[in-house]
Amino acid sequence: MVKVFVPRDSTALSLGADKTAKAIQLEAEKRGIAIQLIRNGSRGLFWVEPMVEVETAQGRVAYAPVKPKDVASLFDADFLNGANHALYLGLTNEIPYLKNQQRLTFARAGVTDPVSLEDYVAHDGYKGLKNALTLTQEDIIKTVTESGLRGRGGAAFPTGIKWNTVLGASGEQKYIVCNADEGDSGTYSDRMVMEDDPFVLIEGMTIAGIAVGATQGYIYLRSEYPHALHVLNEAIAKATLAGYLGDDVCGSGQRFYLEVRRAAGAYVCGEETSLLESLEGKRGLVRFKPPLPAIEGLFGKPTVVNNVISLATIPIILDKGAQYYADYGMGRSRGTLPIQLAGNIKQGGLVELAFGVTLRELLYDYGGGSASGRPIRAVQVGGPLGAYLPESQFDTPMDYEAFQNLWAVLGHGGIVAFDDTVNMAKMARYAFEFCSVESCGKCTPCRIGAVRGVEVMDKIATGKDHAKNIQVLRDLSDTMLNGSLCALGGMTPYPVISALNHFGEDFGLDKGLNEKESVV
Amino acid sequence: MPLLHAIQDDIGYIPEDVYPQIAQAMALSVAEVHGFVTFYHHFRTHPVGEHILQVCRAESCQAMGSEQLEADIKAKLGIDYHQTTADGKVTLLPVYCLGNCACSPAVMMDDDVYGRVDMAQITELVSEVSNG
Repeated sequence: MVKVFVPRDSTALSLGADKTAKAIQLEAEKRGIAIQLIRNGSRGLFWVEPMVEVETAQGRVAYAPVKPKDVASLFDADFLNGANHALYLGLTNEIPYLKNQQRLTFARAGVTDPVSLEDYVAHDGYKGLKNALTLTQEDIIKTVTESGLRGRGGAAFPTGIKWNTVLGASGEQKYIVCNADEGDSGTYSDRMVMEDDPFVLIEGMTIAGIAVGATQGYIYLRSEYPHALHVLNEAIAKATLAGYLGDDVCGSGQRFYLEVRRAAGAYVCGEETSLLESLEGKRGLVRFKPPLPAIEGLFGKPTVVNNVISLATIPIILDKGAQYYADYGMGRSRGTLPIQLAGNIKQGGLVELAFGVTLRELLYDYGGGSASGRPIRAVQVGGPLGAYLPESQFDTPMDYEAFQNLWAVLGHGGIVAFDDTVNMAKMARYAFEFCSVESCGKCTPCRIGAVRGVEVMDKIATGKDHAKNIQVLRDLSDTMLNGSLCALGGMTPYPVISALNHFGEDFGLDKGLNEKESVV
Repeated sequence: MPLLHAIQDDIGYIPEDVYPQIAQAMALSVAEVHGFVTFYHHFRTHPVGEHILQVCRAESCQAMGSEQLEADIKAKLGIDYHQTTADGKVTLLPVYCLGNCACSPAVMMDDDVYGRVDMAQITELVSEVSNG
């Protein structure tokens, strides 16, 4: 029976994948052809979703984008045998956008049925855990440390060192908490892991639990991701039934339980201490650090808090070894980064590559330039708290330190492109507005600074006392940058000041005059 | 949190008159329950329409013209954010990112996300749920 794949990823669904799947099923029945319709994850080529694949003797062949109206003609053209058609893209693995990527964390995304444990195991799943179970706790952590993996949530703290702190902390009960509160605009790689390959996250968390001696894991999932919730719960149930979770993980005698907790739409809960407060059933107010969550985390117990991508990268590191992973990348940024192309971009989607690829390559070689066809004027990298970069900085390699040197951040690897119709002063005002909506209110610079920021941007727009207000903007940003308790208030100045420094003309300044000024 | 989700999933919002019961069950004060509910954007304290339309206001969607779309949707429905249409069918809410940023602008009708939307599609969506 011919296997036909139609993705079930949210973005594919948002472009009508369910209707396409239904149309294929009906057409096959009408023609009396038996097919096996598999709802796979997405390969991340979102600009051509819904992308339908057919398994042939030569490999999987892709057709995209397939709308219900195209289905009859696909059958007429004999697409079930991989025949040519206006929507024919050739062998999926040979599509340049995909072929040129280095898929490690996302090796299975779009290949497998996300909720099929058999599929997962058949595609190298649970090899990492099997290896981990033969190692001591210290050796698992040594492997993670030597791989060079740094937290993919944005802070880029070495994962192995964090784990080692939790291992060394005394406590009967320890926890693994997965931060799946992916709130950054322009990011969707966490969502893709959870919807398209959930077992890899479950496996990564299980390895983390065994490595540090934690028996309970929580996935704190943002409420805006209902599909991810269903997929994760289904996958956890299957993994538990098969003995990969529970009282006796793979017959090792070790325990690990996993539960998904729905968040409730507070951006600040992506900050780890706020997240822990929220998990404990309180308002998501940011905590003072120290104590670090690794020492006193959830319910005061030693806790690993890691991002989805960090945890989902653990299995391949334990499977192929630290060196295999560390061989990718540049400088102190080892391995690969799942980059998400978003905003005004022609070919938006997931691009996983070793660190070192430049913004320009991503925007033009992969992204194909802007969706509107106009020049790309600015990109925001790393979410709503990330800096805006002008065209003159597009040759910057994706590397934590290279971005840091430009007073920018890689964050979670989201890139949002804007064409030349964007007003950067408006984007700066929006950054303050966002901060004022999302501030937890605990510290003054963030709670009040954000509101004052919106006001001062409105004054700048009127042009009255212009020079004075530009100075107020810089002073206010400086206060927020240095005085805020967490990254929400502390990083709101990144988009604001980068917009002011690189696009001063939008703030009523003469072009070029302010390039050298900075609060750094 | 799971308790509040269950209530809202069931009846669409968290009525203020159940705070005392929640407080008792969770060994909290009524003030603490109020503080919790109002901290989280997801929890609503007023009844909503039969369907919820969330429009993304984040940067990626702005880069694809979501501001105009927001204005057009408000005009079309004759309501602002956090309001419900006169026929009680649709409540309009802002949202900051639906994770569909490769295909902006995005909206979500109940649990279904729609990408690269325009007013024609919104009109169709709204009339589907209004007549359904």
